[in-house]
Amino acid sequence: MNWQQICGIDLLPREYGVPVLVQDHPVALFRTHDDQLFAVGNVDPFCGAGVISRGIVGDRSGEPTVASPMLKQVFSLRTGQCLDDPNARLPVYPVRRRADVVEVAVP
Amino acid sequence: MTRTLVVVGHGMVGHRLVETLRERDATDAWQIVVLAEEPRPAYDRVALSSYLDGKSAADLSLTSHELLDDPMVELRLNTAVTAIDPTARRVSTSDGLDVAYDALVLATGSRPFVPPVPGHDLDGCFVYRTIEDLDAIRAAAVEGRPGVVIGGGLLGLEAANALRLLGMRAHVVEMAPRLMPLQIDEGGGQVLSRLVGDLGLTIHCGAATKSVDGDEHVRSITLADGTVIDTDVVVFSAGVRPRDELAELAGLRRAERGGFLVDDNCRTSAENIWAIGECAAVQGRCYGLVAPGYSMAEGVAEQLLEISDGTFPGADLSTKLKLLGVDVASFGDAHGQTEGALEVVYANNAAGTYAKLVLSDDARVLLGGVLVGDASAYAVLRPLIGRELPAPPEQLLLPAGSGVDSGALPADAAVCSCNNVSKGDITAAINEQGLTDVPGIKGCTKAGTSCGSCVPMLKNLLAECGVRTSKALCEHFPQSRSELFEIIRATGVGSFSELIGKHGSGRGCDICKPAVASILASLGSGHILDGEQAGLQDTNDRFLANMQRNGTYSVVPRVPGGEITPEKLIALGEVAKEFGLYTKITGGQRIDLFGARVEQLPLIWQRLVDAGFESGHAYGKALRTVKSCVGNDWCRYGVQDSVSMAIRLELRYRGLRAPHKVKAGVSGCARECAEARGKDFGVIATDKGWNLYVGGNGGFTPRHAELLAADLDDDQLIRLVDRFLMFYVRTADRLQRTAAWLEAMDGGLDHLREVIVEDSLGIAAELEAAMQRHVDGYTDEWAGVLADPGKLARFVSFVNAPDAPDPTIRFVQERGQIRPGPVVLPMPVVANQEVRT
Ligand code: SRM
Ligand SMILES: Cc1cc2nc3c(=O)[nH]c(=O)nc-3n(C[C@H](O)[C@H](O)[C@H](O)COP(=O)(O)OP(=O)(O)OC[C@H]3O[C@@H](n4cnc5c(N)ncnc54)[C@H](O)[C@@H]3O)c2cc1C
Ligand code: SF4
Ligand code: FES
Repeated sequence: MNWQQICGIDLLPREYGVPVLVQDHPVALFRTHDDQLFAVGNVDPFCGAGVISRGIVGDRSGEPTVASPMLKQVFSLRTGQCLDDPNARLPVYPVRRRADVVEVAVP
Repeated sequence: MTRTLVVVGHGMVGHRLVETLRERDATDAWQIVVLAEEPRPAYDRVALSSYLDGKSAADLSLTSHELLDDPMVELRLNTAVTAIDPTARRVSTSDGLDVAYDALVLATGSRPFVPPVPGHDLDGCFVYRTIEDLDAIRAAAVEGRPGVVIGGGLLGLEAANALRLLGMRAHVVEMAPRLMPLQIDEGGGQVLSRLVGDLGLTIHCGAATKSVDGDEHVRSITLADGTVIDTDVVVFSAGVRPRDELAELAGLRRAERGGFLVDDNCRTSAENIWAIGECAAVQGRCYGLVAPGYSMAEGVAEQLLEISDGTFPGADLSTKLKLLGVDVASFGDAHGQTEGALEVVYANNAAGTYAKLVLSDDARVLLGGVLVGDASAYAVLRPLIGRELPAPPEQLLLPAGSGVDSGALPADAAVCSCNNVSKGDITAAINEQGLTDVPGIKGCTKAGTSCGSCVPMLKNLLAECGVRTSKALCEHFPQSRSELFEIIRATGVGSFSELIGKHGSGRGCDICKPAVASILASLGSGHILDGEQAGLQDTNDRFLANMQRNGTYSVVPRVPGGEITPEKLIALGEVAKEFGLYTKITGGQRIDLFGARVEQLPLIWQRLVDAGFESGHAYGKALRTVKSCVGNDWCRYGVQDSVSMAIRLELRYRGLRAPHKVKAGVSGCARECAEARGKDFGVIATDKGWNLYVGGNGGFTPRHAELLAADLDDDQLIRLVDRFLMFYVRTADRLQRTAAWLEAMDGGLDHLREVIVEDSLGIAAELEAAMQRHVDGYTDEWAGVLADPGKLARFVSFVNAPDAPDPTIRFVQERGQIRPGPVVLPMPVVANQEVRT
């Protein structure tokens, strides 16, 4: 695993997303209410705009989700799968917290 | 072979005949010639009074363009029929025409009866039946002076209200010992007199008019007991007489008390001649209401098309109306004339309500009743006439829906009496067409489309058919938005986490989070990006700008009323130039700057705030703009200062978070250059003040706003708008504009007027206070962001590379400005693997 230090955990409020650059890849980082971290691609596959991190974090029947702010499709934060369209999926990245630093792995 | 139908009179009933025939005459069997005495095509005479309350003649018109353009229909206005020759089958007209017919239908209506008291023909004496009558009354009315209506029946009270709307002090003279003697009883009449007396009418009951006095023009009237009432205007409303003057010439039989005598199929004594509407005496009896006339028209249309024998089914003479804001209903055997009838009376003097039910001698079957002051039980009671009571009488008088459930009604009970639609018709439509809401029922069955009093019953029927109109906001909250609003307001719950913990489940979603954020903001809970609230906001609110298709944002500063100084225009131009933004004038009279990247927003706004701008809330479900016309400062037609009023309103309500966006307009005169009636609330100047219209919008389903109150002064206007907006904020569903909210409201505009203007719920003061808190607590959201480093920190392209531009954003040039470039998808290819921390 090629772990990269990305940012301090203090930049990542709970139930909120932030955009980060991981080796030139736009990535959306999320921290849920129970302090789990998720990293998915920031680019909305439906419109090509880098906006996923600006979506609303929530859950659908317990599955942690983010809704794209552009046209409101909902994606699983765990798998990146779009829950409204089986053909769309966001890339997901391994993410972890070491001390107060958030790290994302890229292939 | 085409035959010719001649219709005499283009009133409400004649029109219904033409309409029904054209709808159902698939083979164009009948060519129709309508000979109409009035100068305009048929209009809604039932709603005539609204012509003095803001409606125009065009609003009242019943006649569609399709009908006027229909080659099978020839409508001749200003043409009175003067003679009929039944043998030759021809009619002749006042303008010398001679028309042959195969069938002739008389729909000549009635004329107002003017008692032959001395002076009844002086200048200043009027009747109340046509638009021309109302024009004449309007021209003669003198504000502040007394005006007299002779006759205290239904129409007399409407006429008195008309005088009141024209600023006159209205007197009503009624011969009977009580008002509306035909419809209601003694007890109801007393309550009604008191209620309308409170509204400023002077009522003289048990009073005969001896003479109308004056030389050429009316000066006063004298009553039989010697009382003299000073007056400039006298309106006779002492009943109507059928217009049957053609009978004699044509040798048609007349009923004893007037009217063309017809049988149950509306056939007169001559072959191929029918009579319908108010001029027809069916088996000797005339009907002065429109619904029986409509059934006659439909019956004759069916006879002409040989669809049925079109027998007149008899009439339901029940009425429910609102006179001067007072509910009055009378139905069935209101006077208890049935042998052995029992009367059960509930009167509440303190509340000003009166209710009487007339029951069969064994107290089991409902025969009729009278309701005054509160007629909400009418919708449930009327269809029960002639049926066994499903509940004790006092329970039936509770407001519609709460007393009995619709299950108690048999399938053939008429639920909508205006359009004669039975419970069975409605439930069949719900089940067969899969209807799920009241608008669906209206579209399919016509029920609920006239007076609206059956709408509560329609809702019950939906429920009875198992239509669950789920009010749950989303999977996380079983409550509706308005219920959540009340929970938050009453319990003071201050955050989404607390609310979902106590009243919901799960962690929320993009539906409930912004809805709750909006409620918290409406209740004034600090800056919308404070703490946890930031994560609840839609992206537009989160970045206080409107997201565009490529992930950039547009910036719309507030330009109240669309008025802007050259300096500010220049400042906008300079900012746009400096940041390379696309500029466009919006449909809301302001300027939109497009193409700003997230990290540029604070820099742009710093410049704008320095130049004196503030947030325009183009991004929020909030007040958008109050559009104005130039008004009487400049415009030669303007009668009020519409710009100042628009600015005052926009500044008062700026920042108000609502269930959906709210738009407004103010026009300086009736030419309406600000398109105020296309707005959630619209204000139109009159020479006395302002008219307030509510519930309009453009968008997907355009709708004109309707008149809520007329001739308001500045402060009255503001007070009503305060109440209106706060009531909307509290009770509407998520993303429900005011038009849809009003459409779904039980009792519609009348109910809204009761709550907002008459304060029937006693909440006006509270609504005003809530609005005042909003006004006092307003601060500019963008200034708030610029002053707070914590909030500013969110406006970055990437938190780990704050100044690196987003590689997905590209622009190309068009007509000298930027626009989003073709999308490239720089999506990294990765193995999809589950993420574990
Ligand atoms: C910019 C503007 C078009 C323009 O260039 O003129 C505009 C742009 C948008 N309109 Fe609009 N509307 C604009 C005037 C209007 C008008 C005209 C008016 O206000 O007089 C209407 C019809 C009047 C009305 O609302 O009743 C209008 C009816 C809509 C609707 C349909 C609303 C409805 O009830 O059916 C939507 C969709 C919605 O809100 O759900 C909409 C939504 C939008 C959104 C927010 C769509 C979106 O989610 O991206 C657009 C983005 C605004 C932006 O990026 O700044 N816009 N929109 C106008 C901004 C006015 C302003 O100064 O604030
Ligand atoms: C102010 C007001 C309020 C009312 N409120 C209600 C209410 O709440 N509920 C209700 O049910 N009813 C109400 N009515 C009564 C309702 O308007 C009438 O029942 C309905 O209009 C009758 O329709 P009609 O076609 O028979 O007559 P009308 O609508 O009167 O039409 C008859 C037409 O025939 C024309 N005509 C007459 N003679 C000739 C001729 N010789 N040649 C050519 N044309 C001729 C007349 O000019 C007129 O245009 C109200 C009436 C008024 C005036
Ligand atoms: S609405 Fe009337 S006052 Fe306003 S600009 Fe138009 S014509 Fe002039
Ligand atoms: S009863 Fe009048 S619309 Fe239904």
